[in-house]
Amino acid sequence: MIIAERKPIGEILDMIRDCDRVLLLGCRGCVTVCSAGGEREVEILASLLKLGRKKEGRPVEIVEGTLVRQCDREYIAGLAQWDGQYDAVLSMACGVGVNFIANLRPATVVFPAVNTSFFGGSATQGVWTEQCAGCGNCILHLTGGLCPVARCAKSLMNGPCGGSQNARCEINPNVDCVWQLIHDRLGRINRAEQMLQIAPIRDWQSAGHGGPRQVVRDDLIV
Amino acid sequence: MSEFIPDIKAFCCHYTSQQTCADNGENLQKSGFPGNVSLHRVPCTGKLQVSTLLKAFEEGADGVYVVGCPVNKCHNVKGSQRAAKRVAAVQKALGELAVEPERIRMYHLERGFHPEFVAAAQEMDKLVKALGPCPFKGEAQ
Repeated sequence: MIIAERKPIGEILDMIRDCDRVLLLGCRGCVTVCSAGGEREVEILASLLKLGRKKEGRPVEIVEGTLVRQCDREYIAGLAQWDGQYDAVLSMACGVGVNFIANLRPATVVFPAVNTSFFGGSATQGVWTEQCAGCGNCILHLTGGLCPVARCAKSLMNGPCGGSQNARCEINPNVDCVWQLIHDRLGRINRAEQMLQIAPIRDWQSAGHGGPRQVVRDDLIV
Repeated sequence: MSEFIPDIKAFCCHYTSQQTCADNGENLQKSGFPGNVSLHRVPCTGKLQVSTLLKAFEEGADGVYVVGCPVNKCHNVKGSQRAAKRVAAVQKALGELAVEPERIRMYHLERGFHPEFVAAAQEMDKLVKALGPCPFKGEAQ
């Protein structure tokens, strides 16, 4: 899922400084699961913004809402129910949601309340780790299911590098060297010979280096 | 100028406040428990949400504190530990808003009517009086 983290309150207050009425909009998708922008977080941020503005002597009206998702046209259409009730939308969805509102609501002012961090999962309760870089050309079948693009600091295709020390990455002794993990795992699943395959020079266009990407499925288009 | 009497809200779990609230709180009043501290009982402090604590400030509290079971002796195992984490989250948020984080505090107390229960209220009362009105009320200088 997409992992996000709420922006500092001061930064958000600065965004909405000219607004008297704000629609604080949560999303029931990924940001609910990672506790960054679901209904509960909407409730908390609404309180904080009201308190912050009250302290400044400029109370703000916060309208709270949450959409099933903010990355689909049909759900963004649901924004109509709050028409006329706000000066700006403060979205707690990932950057996709903010972009969708901007795309589909040309006259609506929209601000991001979270920083969209990465694609990851919950390693333990309250801890999320990056697992996928969305590079558009998956090679996990060659690496035992562990992604060197996302989890190697250099995104090396033929690792490990000389900075791998005691199975840790040179950038931080708390970070596993994913190539060590790949090596160990391929050995455990009797596929160690895959380490000998030399990965060719990679075309990074699919990773976004060729501009914004899109997926088109003709079979779904009527 | 009249003395500042802070509005302090205490959230207590069923177990730490059960005997305290017996006899309609008469013993509590006799013990020196500050009259400006209002008690809000919850089944377990682990049930308290961050938003509930923030709402207390929205409703005009100058100070808030939570009384839960001792860290390793919570009736619901980890309830008071969860509460402590949420209190810490509110402290961090208050700091972000440039408001004294000590306006909210967590206490871990034994069950029953102990002097420590009263002492916690008196400590918060003294602390918040020294801090003055909560800036969220728009009355602070």
